[in-house]
Amino acid sequence: MFDDASNLIVGLEIGTSKVCAVVGEINADGQLNIIGLGQAPARGVRKGEIVDPATAEEAVRQAIVEAEQMANVEICTVYLGVTGAHVRGFNNRGVHRVLSADRDITKDDVSDVVKNARTINLPKENSIIHDVRQHFLLDGQEGIVNPEGMVGSLLEVDVHVVHGVTNRMQNSVRLVRNLNLEVNEIVFTGLASALAMLTSEQKEIGALVVDLGGGTTNYVLYANGVIKHTGVFAIGGDHVSNDLGHGLKVPLSRAEKLKLEFGTAVVPEASKGRTITICNELNLPIKTLSLDHLQRIMALRLEELLQIIRQDLEEAGVLHYVQGGVFLCGGGARIPQIAQLAGAIFQAPVSLGQTNSISGLKSALDQPEFLTAIGLVKYGSMRKRKPEPAGFLPNLKTIFTRFLPQR
Amino acid sequence: MSTNTETQTPALETTGTPVIKIIGIGTAGVGLLETLGGAEFAGAARVAVTTDQASLTASTATQKVLLENKGLRGLGTGGDAELGFSLAEENFAALKSACAGANVILLVAGLGGGAGSGITPVLARAARETGALVLGFVTLPFECEGNRRCAQARASLDQIKAVADGVICLPNQKASKLIDDNTSMVDTFRISGGLLAEAIRGVWQLMTRPGLIQIHLADLCALVRDKNSEGVFAFVESSGPARAREVVEKLLAHPLLDEGRALTESDAVMVSLMAGRDLTMGEVNRIMEQITRQCERAQVIMGASVDDAWKSRLSVTVIAAKHSHPPVEPVEPGAHRSGRVAGRATPTSGPSPLQMQQREQLIKQHAAAGRRKSDTKMKQELLPLVTIAKGRFDKSEPTIHKGEDLDVPTYYRRGMPLN
Repeated sequence: MFDDASNLIVGLEIGTSKVCAVVGEINADGQLNIIGLGQAPARGVRKGEIVDPATAEEAVRQAIVEAEQMANVEICTVYLGVTGAHVRGFNNRGVHRVLSADRDITKDDVSDVVKNARTINLPKENSIIHDVRQHFLLDGQEGIVNPEGMVGSLLEVDVHVVHGVTNRMQNSVRLVRNLNLEVNEIVFTGLASALAMLTSEQKEIGALVVDLGGGTTNYVLYANGVIKHTGVFAIGGDHVSNDLGHGLKVPLSRAEKLKLEFGTAVVPEASKGRTITICNELNLPIKTLSLDHLQRIMALRLEELLQIIRQDLEEAGVLHYVQGGVFLCGGGARIPQIAQLAGAIFQAPVSLGQTNSISGLKSALDQPEFLTAIGLVKYGSMRKRKPEPAGFLPNLKTIFTRFLPQR
Repeated sequence: MSTNTETQTPALETTGTPVIKIIGIGTAGVGLLETLGGAEFAGAARVAVTTDQASLTASTATQKVLLENKGLRGLGTGGDAELGFSLAEENFAALKSACAGANVILLVAGLGGGAGSGITPVLARAARETGALVLGFVTLPFECEGNRRCAQARASLDQIKAVADGVICLPNQKASKLIDDNTSMVDTFRISGGLLAEAIRGVWQLMTRPGLIQIHLADLCALVRDKNSEGVFAFVESSGPARAREVVEKLLAHPLLDEGRALTESDAVMVSLMAGRDLTMGEVNRIMEQITRQCERAQVIMGASVDDAWKSRLSVTVIAAKHSHPPVEPVEPGAHRSGRVAGRATPTSGPSPLQMQQREQLIKQHAAAGRRKSDTKMKQELLPLVTIAKGRFDKSEPTIHKGEDLDVPTYYRRGMPLN
């Protein structure tokens, strides 16, 4: 493919509030450099999924063109981020009996057990986005990284599977293909954000990445170096604006502005009894609102969102892994006091959107909103550098090709 | 059936099993009575009461009461409920004697016509005066039968509710959801009649069949007595290995139970299970657990019986009773009728014991109403049914998490006051 020769990697995220394209380049030392970024306000996307392809396509085109100009390259293929309420993650275990006489575990045994773990009972309309190997178990002994060459009779493997509804993911693939771009792979955006933010050390200790997007909130929990849990809730910044519009009886566009100007995740004592006067374009006052109400409406929504995530982790039995830290990204990471709120809910240190895993990134690009797209580039570079990285199964590409034919 | 006259006479309390009379009223009621024959109902005395000689001669009922006067010329009431009502009042003594000697009286009628709507309330009162437990099983007419019949049926139902211990009502219009459009008219009536017969059969089995878990008459009385209740019922049947799950599913999707909503609103629920010898405790548990979860407020009684002839079949009859609101109008029947009829038909003399009884009943109902007020808090969870504008998410796929629609503003769901 053209890209293989050029060492160019492009990540494209079609978000609910904006489309973001990031161009990365692998230099001679094998290092990843971000060389371009384009963004455009998205329209025609709700809750992370496309509802109006025509307007969404226009936004994608703008973002791609901007990225092309900045990087001075021509973009042909992209790694595409997908999300939406239909995306789910769960853990599955594959079992394989070692039948050879000497009980030596061969490469075939390893590929068999991985294959077994992948055969899962999904609804017909769903397909797998990722299946990430976690750990091997040999005769019940946990925590084996590579069993090849070891001796045992029962080999098991845990994989984390992320899957979604094929047709709904196909929508964004179709849109990108309409722009004469090839899609290398589709990637769950939560996973991409985590790749951009976490160092391997943080993945080892345990870390929760929460991407507070416009239409969806994606979260990924890493521990012991592997993905333990993923999830999506179709709640995001749009909901905050909508709540404000509903509660304060102002139009959505105004609510959006108020959110950016006065929004906070924790209501400060000082805002009690204070009011805001909103003016029209001639600077004449139209309406007076209570600041306290605005902030309480917003705080309630954000607190509920984080509580639901916490509850989900608790039910999955993985909440204790969060102690390593909570990493927030997406536009929601810009909300004042959000770190304080997240810290109180998860009882863990909180850090806000910074890429830790990519060298040579211009600081102007190191913004929480761009992290997902940067993570997509990072994902692409990992796929490129080692065709079979430890965590990802070899035939991911073949899985993906199922999305490509226009059936 | 020739055994009937003997069955009435023995002393009621000594026999242990209740003496049950099934009384069919009007053409529809008498017709339904025919379907309730056979060996299964051998223990019951069946009484036909009507104004129409023709339907009475065709009936196989063990006892027949013809209400006649010269004015009718043997042609029936012609759909006039007031005529039926005044006829019944004239023959009150005859009706009362027809009811005598039973512990339980089941009234079967199709409301809407002259005889059914007119006679049934009077008969219910007569039956109550003999001291029996009175349960009404009535159908309401299809909407297409015209508003006069519908109005007549509604008025009659209110009167029956006021005097009977319990009324189980099958609105034909609702039952028509169970019947597909291509069914012939004749079959439709037969099926809706069949449904009512199923309800009667369910109650019958409950009371008479020696069950694994028997519901005694006393339980049933305690459940419906003086509660002035209006009931709905459903009958479902299934067979095969997954039958327990299937019956529950069918039950909760049953149109007559408003897809299970009727259960949540009910105050008393009676469940009768019937199956072959292979009925397992696990199945009973599963069914009862699901049903009781639906109706947390209700008092639930259940009975289970076994029939050797039933192989792998399982049927469940559910009767859910909701206590109606205390009637505001005086309950004395006839009092809110037109002056013409009231003038003619007041054989009740002075402040009868019935009135005393009704007064007590009213007091009890008020007490129940007080209780209902405290229940309102539990019903709060129904609130999301009220449409709340979801702004920009109005038309998108709702984000439901644990039964909560998260698209609705959080402050709204949490009830944060905005002033």
